[in-house]
Amino acid sequence: MTEPLAEVSNLSVDFVTRESSVRAVNDVNFTMLPGEVMCMLGESGSGKSVTMRALMRLLPPKRSVISGGIRIAGQDVQAMDATALRRMRGSTVSMIFQEPMTAFDPVVRVGDQIAEVVSVHRGVSHAAGRQRALDLFELVRIPSAQRRLDAYPHELSGGLRQRAMIALALSCEPKLLLADEPTTALDATVQIQVLILLRRLQQEMGMSVIFVTHDLGVAAEIADRVAVMYAGRVVETGPVRDLMRRPLHPYTAGLLASTVHDQPRDQDLETIPGTPPDMRHLPPGCAFAPRCPRAGTDCITTVPPPVTPAPGRIVRCLRVEAELV
Amino acid sequence: MMSATLMELDQRDRGGPQQPLLVVRNLRKHFPIRSGILGRVSAHVRAVDNVSFTVRKGETLGIVGESGCGKSTVARLLMRLINPDAGEQIFDGDAVGEHGGISVADLRRQVQMVFQDSASSLNPRMPVQNSIAFGPIAFGTPRVEAVGQARELLTRVGLNPALFGGRYPHELSGGQKQRINIARALAMQPRMIILDEAVSALDKSVEAQVLNLLQALKRSFNLTYVFISHDLGVVRWISDRVMVMYLGEIVEIGPADTIYTGARHPYTRALLASRPALDPDQRREEAPVSGDPPNPINPPSGCRFHTRCPHAEPVCASRAPSLGAEGEQAHRAACHMQDPASGHSQAIAA
Repeated sequence: MTEPLAEVSNLSVDFVTRESSVRAVNDVNFTMLPGEVMCMLGESGSGKSVTMRALMRLLPPKRSVISGGIRIAGQDVQAMDATALRRMRGSTVSMIFQEPMTAFDPVVRVGDQIAEVVSVHRGVSHAAGRQRALDLFELVRIPSAQRRLDAYPHELSGGLRQRAMIALALSCEPKLLLADEPTTALDATVQIQVLILLRRLQQEMGMSVIFVTHDLGVAAEIADRVAVMYAGRVVETGPVRDLMRRPLHPYTAGLLASTVHDQPRDQDLETIPGTPPDMRHLPPGCAFAPRCPRAGTDCITTVPPPVTPAPGRIVRCLRVEAELV
Repeated sequence: MMSATLMELDQRDRGGPQQPLLVVRNLRKHFPIRSGILGRVSAHVRAVDNVSFTVRKGETLGIVGESGCGKSTVARLLMRLINPDAGEQIFDGDAVGEHGGISVADLRRQVQMVFQDSASSLNPRMPVQNSIAFGPIAFGTPRVEAVGQARELLTRVGLNPALFGGRYPHELSGGQKQRINIARALAMQPRMIILDEAVSALDKSVEAQVLNLLQALKRSFNLTYVFISHDLGVVRWISDRVMVMYLGEIVEIGPADTIYTGARHPYTRALLASRPALDPDQRREEAPVSGDPPNPINPPSGCRFHTRCPHAEPVCASRAPSLGAEGEQAHRAACHMQDPASGHSQAIAA
């Protein structure tokens, strides 16, 4: 049995303001094995990005309350002090974002930014860091890499900027890469290039990746395993093939059916009725019950416990359990 | 067809159902780039370059392309939110903004637009029913009547007027706000609606609802749509015809199903092949094209796609391929391989 790289148990995140408190992430559990790619799939506000940020302790400490356990590479992230956190970020775990323009310093050449990260974490000279940056630019297939090291972020195209950010994130060979919608802002022909690049790098370097997306197609391209989030909870997890072929949770099924993909044009699209819930006023039972075609009175009052209807699959739905009994 | 009967009865229809609702000829917009302390024009962004197309009555024309291809600039030019440098625009037989034609103000009454950002296109300090009634009031409808119509339209877009009419935009979700924007467009009783990435910002589960709504409204209000999106799946579902743009030019235009099953331009084929497969067993092993779209400031010579095209030959860099004239064929592609006389080695036989 391989030791898990990351273990998240009963993770909850509350955002606290003077008026109210919102539970953005609610009792999330998962483990990541080395070399595994997991997609967190969900709509806006479902808590997928907040979960990522909690893993790296990037949430504002005064306004957020994190409970539950986060262990990465055997260390308790919750218990880390500032020094340990800084050592972990970038070298054990690193993150790429949707908007590379906001992740880079706009007034420093990209090559120097990567060199700085390498020299801080590895204790090498700036020149050695620049050399490493050049190797990384070649690794992520940036054409004319030597020249591009001296570019400022705004001088790069969207696709190159995203490649440069991947190079920055990989500069210290992290064991776990957190990718928060890294291809969402890219054009279609560039998105597929970046997805294929990430898949290749992941296999070559053997790192684990948690890939946040709202796009089922992206998940199908890159994931080994998918975790579907809704209203702060993981409602279903499973291997990508099983989950896409036979979704068990009604929300996953609805999401698959309503994704526009070569449906007949003279028929209405299948939809999930209603709108995602207001996180400030969540229903007491299953958060999806008000929109669910299969909901009964029990769904409105009871939070469904996780059940395992098939190996490797976990679903939070009362109806799935009823089918098995 | 019910829509055909409705069309014949439409009082506003001047030229008959055969006359295109919109004809655009050689539309051009180059944005100047100024630099230096004197602000001299140093270059131009060639956002839209000699674009010609027609929109037929009652159809949905989909426009697809990547960022910087000019699709949103086309939308803004059609509404005259920006003025074209050159080109002709004819709305139901009337030249736009010309003597004896239709005025820009009249055009804007008959053509409405829905934008991607549902929040920034609503006044945050105005109850949504007043936002919907604002246009008709400005054009002379009495206030009470206009608000009454606005509440009627709220019902038509699936929102209960008693519950939602008095709300402010911040009290609504993204999908609800976009329904309000659609109702506001409908309030002017337009003949055409330009939807510029109107569903792109919505969650997937809400997007399908709004798409169904758009289709239903099109039938019941006898509308014509220009639907701009980067989402190829959505465009196929909603469009009758599809126009593919690359760096300010049309590269291919034709019936939606023909484009999706038999694309002729290498760029269209690459774009379609770049869609992620929804099946983990059919993952793409290689990207169809490499690199990013070039900068529209100095677009490549000849065929603008030749720098990324797997079939490029010297002729592609030296001479721009022609899309062919409207009316020749329903499905046309601006590629030398489609022209027997181009000299390209893979050109189709005459």
